[in-house]
Amino acid sequence: MKMTMTQKILAKHANLEFVKPGQLIMADLDMVLGNDITTPVAVKEFRKIGVEKVFDKEKIAIVPDHFCPNKDIKSAEQVKFIREFAKGMEVSNFFEVGQMGIEHALLPEKGLVTAGDVVIGADSHTCTYGALGAFSTGVGSTDMASGMATGKAWFKIPEAIKFTLNNKLSKNVSGKDLILHIIGMIGVDGALYKSMEFVGEGIKTLSIDDRFTIANMAIEAGAKNGIFPVDDITLEYIKEHSTKPYEVFEADEDAIYSKEIIIDLSKIKMTVSFPHLPDNTRTIDKVGNIKIDQSVIGSCTNGRIQDMREAAEVFKGRKVHPEVRCIIFPATQKIWKQAMNEGLFDIFIDAGAAISTPTCGPCLGGHMGILAKGERAVSTTNRNFVGRMGHPESEVYLASPIVAAASAILGRIGSPDEL
Amino acid sequence: MKAHGKVIKYGNNVDTDVIIPARYLNTSDPAELASHCMEDIDSEFVNKVNKGDVMVALNNFGCGSSREHAPIAIKESGISCVIANTFARIFYRNAVNIGLPILECEQAAKEINEGDQVTVDFDSGIIINETQNKQYTAQPFPPFMQEIMKSEGLIGYIKKNMK
Repeated sequence: MKMTMTQKILAKHANLEFVKPGQLIMADLDMVLGNDITTPVAVKEFRKIGVEKVFDKEKIAIVPDHFCPNKDIKSAEQVKFIREFAKGMEVSNFFEVGQMGIEHALLPEKGLVTAGDVVIGADSHTCTYGALGAFSTGVGSTDMASGMATGKAWFKIPEAIKFTLNNKLSKNVSGKDLILHIIGMIGVDGALYKSMEFVGEGIKTLSIDDRFTIANMAIEAGAKNGIFPVDDITLEYIKEHSTKPYEVFEADEDAIYSKEIIIDLSKIKMTVSFPHLPDNTRTIDKVGNIKIDQSVIGSCTNGRIQDMREAAEVFKGRKVHPEVRCIIFPATQKIWKQAMNEGLFDIFIDAGAAISTPTCGPCLGGHMGILAKGERAVSTTNRNFVGRMGHPESEVYLASPIVAAASAILGRIGSPDEL
Repeated sequence: MKAHGKVIKYGNNVDTDVIIPARYLNTSDPAELASHCMEDIDSEFVNKVNKGDVMVALNNFGCGSSREHAPIAIKESGISCVIANTFARIFYRNAVNIGLPILECEQAAKEINEGDQVTVDFDSGIIINETQNKQYTAQPFPPFMQEIMKSEGLIGYIKKNMK
């Protein structure tokens, strides 16, 4: 039938046999997500529609994670506003501080998203769930409002770029390095309006956490979504976390792609994105002497247990450079507890790193690690735009947890091979 | 629907963090958001923008975060229309959904300069640059999106179709 994996999921949810790129459809939604920044606007728009109830109180998730625990009075007012809405509408999935985690780590962990789902979220990194074989994409607050009221959203069927991954990543090279490499290669608009579909025998060597990181940053290449086929690794994760029914979709053998890019994973090196765009990448051997003031390890991109373990492996028996502040953010309460029970916190604290409760905080320059004028951070987050982590004249360098940890020790951007 | 105004021009990859920095996202009040619009790349924007002005940029305008606060800030600041070669997809969606007119036109995005006077006709997609005496035709919206724009955004469209 010549459809990509994304096209097949969308066709099914629009009750159509076949869809083609450019076609406009109305699709049924399996989950509608919002956070403390985007939900207040969505609630105001929802009230203008004039419906009394949300379409399905089980299919809405509201996660106050950005400026939470509340960083100031205005943020507290915003969360209070959405908390009251969630309560009034009996939204099942409202996650209070203490239950809350960074939304894109939390939803898969809570089993709220699964293979074959169509998910919209008023947060650009909603594309993360493509790791589970779902179609998920970021939208704005008005789409969230309309999704909450109707259970539907309009989509233009995207074309896809096929990324065929072969072999396996080398030691100290992670999914983060791969996605930064890809963004560096195709550019921040290299997949604009398109799906990024990852296939190939190399996929089976990528852990589910690597896949979350890769799908998470599809938006940084302008993509509508990034998606992985469902295999044993996916099913193992899904069965451990979710009781929701799932459906496995596969691209047709004769599916049409706008482009195919073949990647030999064994050739990928540790990669860093220089300011001020994620596609401004250099391999670790070409970084030069970049002194840093701060190292941030966490976020929806790299705050999962594998990321914590990899950072700890580097920090073990070593100290954070005296001129560096290192802040570590496990993405959810579950990951926090797991990292603590595995003894990773002892390693972090002995190294001189600070450990925070889950929050998006520093990634978007919200709180918990804002940069002053002229300061530089290496960060496992996803964006290094002007002013992203603080002062417009500060700088963010994007890297993997391994590189961020090694850099925290070195006081400059570098690899664990230099330790 | 027509717009007429002076052009304020930017380059490639204008991201939503510079359109409205996250430090101001602890409010969703349009006037307050507009008072910080474009602050991190153009601190003069709020002083020089007049009602009806047209924003022109090159590739991938509005990339980054899904914050609808970005098109809201632009619309509230008085900008009547944004013309770019390409828009990042979430910004594109958000602009349509809140009723901020946007047009994709490569030639216009390239050739129009800061300060030019332009008239834009949204129904036909025709852009007239009065300063340079040039005319361009942008891709018109598909009928479904035109319907949304005519309803002043997605909420108006839904209300109409739910009745």
